[in-house]
Amino acid sequence: MGTKVMYQNVWILGEQEVGTVRQVSFELLKRGRALADKRESQLVAVVMGDHLAENELQRLIHYGADCVIAVERPELRHFLPEPYTSVLTVLIRKYRPEILIASATTTGRTVAPAVAVVCHTGLTADCTELDIEPETGNLIQTRPAIGGNILATIKTPAHRPQMATVRPHSNKPLEPDESRRGEIIRETVNATNLQSRIKRLGFRENSEAVGNIQDAEIIIAGGKGFKKDENFRMVRQLAELFPDGAIGATRDAVDRGWISYNHQIGLSGKTVSPRFYLAIGISGSVQHLAGIKTAENIAAINNDPEAQIFQVADYGIVADLFEVLPLIKERLATLNLKQEPEVSE
Amino acid sequence: MKIIVPIKQVPETSNVKMDPETGTMIREGVEPIVNPLDLYAIEAAIRLKEHAGGEIIALTMGPPSARKALTEAIAMGCDDGILLSNKKFAGADTWSTSYVLSQAIKKIGRYDLILCGERATDGDTGQVGPGIAAWLDIPFMTYISKIMEVAENEIRCERMVETGYEILAAELPCLLTVVKEVNFPRLPTLRGKLRSRAVELQTWGPVDIDAQPDFLGLKGSPTRVVKITKPQVARRGKIAAPKDEGELVTAVDGLIEFLKQKEIV
Ligand SMILES: Cc1cc2nc3c(=O)[nH]c(=O)nc-3n(C[C@H](O)[C@H](O)[C@H](O)COP(=O)(O)OP(=O)(O)OC[C@H]3O[C@@H](n4cnc5c(N)ncnc54)[C@H](O)[C@@H]3O)c2cc1C
Ligand SMILES: Nc1ncnc2c1ncn2[C@@H]1O[C@H](COP(=O)(O)O)[C@@H](O)[C@H]1O
Repeated sequence: MGTKVMYQNVWILGEQEVGTVRQVSFELLKRGRALADKRESQLVAVVMGDHLAENELQRLIHYGADCVIAVERPELRHFLPEPYTSVLTVLIRKYRPEILIASATTTGRTVAPAVAVVCHTGLTADCTELDIEPETGNLIQTRPAIGGNILATIKTPAHRPQMATVRPHSNKPLEPDESRRGEIIRETVNATNLQSRIKRLGFRENSEAVGNIQDAEIIIAGGKGFKKDENFRMVRQLAELFPDGAIGATRDAVDRGWISYNHQIGLSGKTVSPRFYLAIGISGSVQHLAGIKTAENIAAINNDPEAQIFQVADYGIVADLFEVLPLIKERLATLNLKQEPEVSE
Repeated sequence: MKIIVPIKQVPETSNVKMDPETGTMIREGVEPIVNPLDLYAIEAAIRLKEHAGGEIIALTMGPPSARKALTEAIAMGCDDGILLSNKKFAGADTWSTSYVLSQAIKKIGRYDLILCGERATDGDTGQVGPGIAAWLDIPFMTYISKIMEVAENEIRCERMVETGYEILAAELPCLLTVVKEVNFPRLPTLRGKLRSRAVELQTWGPVDIDAQPDFLGLKGSPTRVVKITKPQVARRGKIAAPKDEGELVTAVDGLIEFLKQKEIV
């Protein structure tokens, strides 16, 4: 592998959970669609899993794929690095895609580097922008690096497939079009490709009431400005006033034990791309900002007018959080009350 | 138990200064440190050694000055360190880096476990760990938040994913990348520091690790950085600075209005 001859089409690596395609896969399809259109090639979605129902796979076509390649085996029910790497490698060798993009999820960021090594090709992590040179098919990959201090543009000029992982929630999916038609190919693989030296013994769901921040559309985040453990509860109370509001935190808040590490946002925590990010009592260090670069709307509350967070805020309030939060809660509560009759109708 | 810990020396990025003209990092006065996320891998190795005995080797690829990272790892409790340093290694991307590290690991010979950090805070890719495992063809588990049990030929761990924690068991030898939740790294002790000065570190180049020359450095890297720009972080939004109770209420109204406009509430 490695030479450029005979590589064509754009692939996305779809992810599923108990047979249901994950949202991130639809987001990838939009990215992939734009690349395939510009290159005038096909967009293919690859999915591995156990029970992959026809109508679920059709959804990938509604969201932009021209073709779906599905591999259905009990061994692929849950993500395991070895079978996923082997199966994907087998498919790449057979079909030779020009580009393969995966989500920068725990799955994508695990399987993609192993596949890149086996296929002797380049991989760019956690891209925020992708473009293509229509003539050469060269993928133009842009990603933040050095703690978000720079943006690097990266190419894989001489190797195929060109691989990239894309930051989850850095774009919305296309509107689904149920009239779109496409092909579904069910591939089989040898048992040797399904072997795993790792066994999955069990699963423990996130115990926190307010769950997965990487998928969250709305994140209410708190920092050291809350000063005390008890006060940090205000973040949760506010998050609960939004439908599916999740809780985020700075490293300082996590280090003080106010909240668990899986809520930490930033360079050494999670990267999030919600529609709305509210930063309360957060100074806006470069490391923290590295995690929220792709948030759509950012609001900030901080009593220091010089706080860096205001540099990135779409709406900011320079005030004591302990005075502002009760007012916001009050306003949101009345809004929710007003909306309630509509919901119950 | 023999454990290998690949660590990377990175610039202290908390106060990075960028050259506004060129968009590159100003390296003067930037203290190189051990990748903070690698300290968790070192700590995990030390705890396993305390429990089961054995030996820990820290491994780094970098400029000659990266020797200091190894010294620090030894001061924390690693037994030995190997520096992979050579002009031919320079400019490597994650593909080539993981190749070089895997060749060095092959040269070390028998081992039970390789422990990596989740990612390096400069490149921020998290690709080198899985890459090493792929080169060596050993099982690997990423985002490990808890090491539960180590038996003769097996290690049990928890892996932190988006929706919760997977409980996994892997055959040894295997490679793990650990996240911050896994432990709390210790500081080097005075005794450790003294010992680290006494340890003679080996430096290996391409020939020592029997590396294929065209897999090395910039030349051997499939990816190319073609442009560096400065991110435009400033959004220049509306900032309200209320001076009294009334203005505060107006500011909050403004926020609610903003949320309605953006269809968030
Ligand atoms: C390698 C490395 C990795 C890192 N990774 C991360 C990471 O992933 N995530 C992360 O968050 N940090 C990370 N950090 C730490 C980061 O540098 C900052 O220290 C941290 O983000 C600061 O957290 P903070 O904003 O909560 O605290 P502070 O910087 O102390 O800010 C608190 C803010 O609260 C405001 N405030 C205080 N009282 C009030 C009040 N009554 N009302 C309103 N506002 C108030 C203050 O004005 C201040 O701006 C990392 C650092 C390093 C070196
Ligand atoms: N040059 C290097 N030398 C030794 N280990 C490295 C090097 N680069 C990366 N690593 C290891 O791989 C992990 C992930 O790094 P990265 O893929 O660069 O984000 C780090 O936490 C280290 O454990």
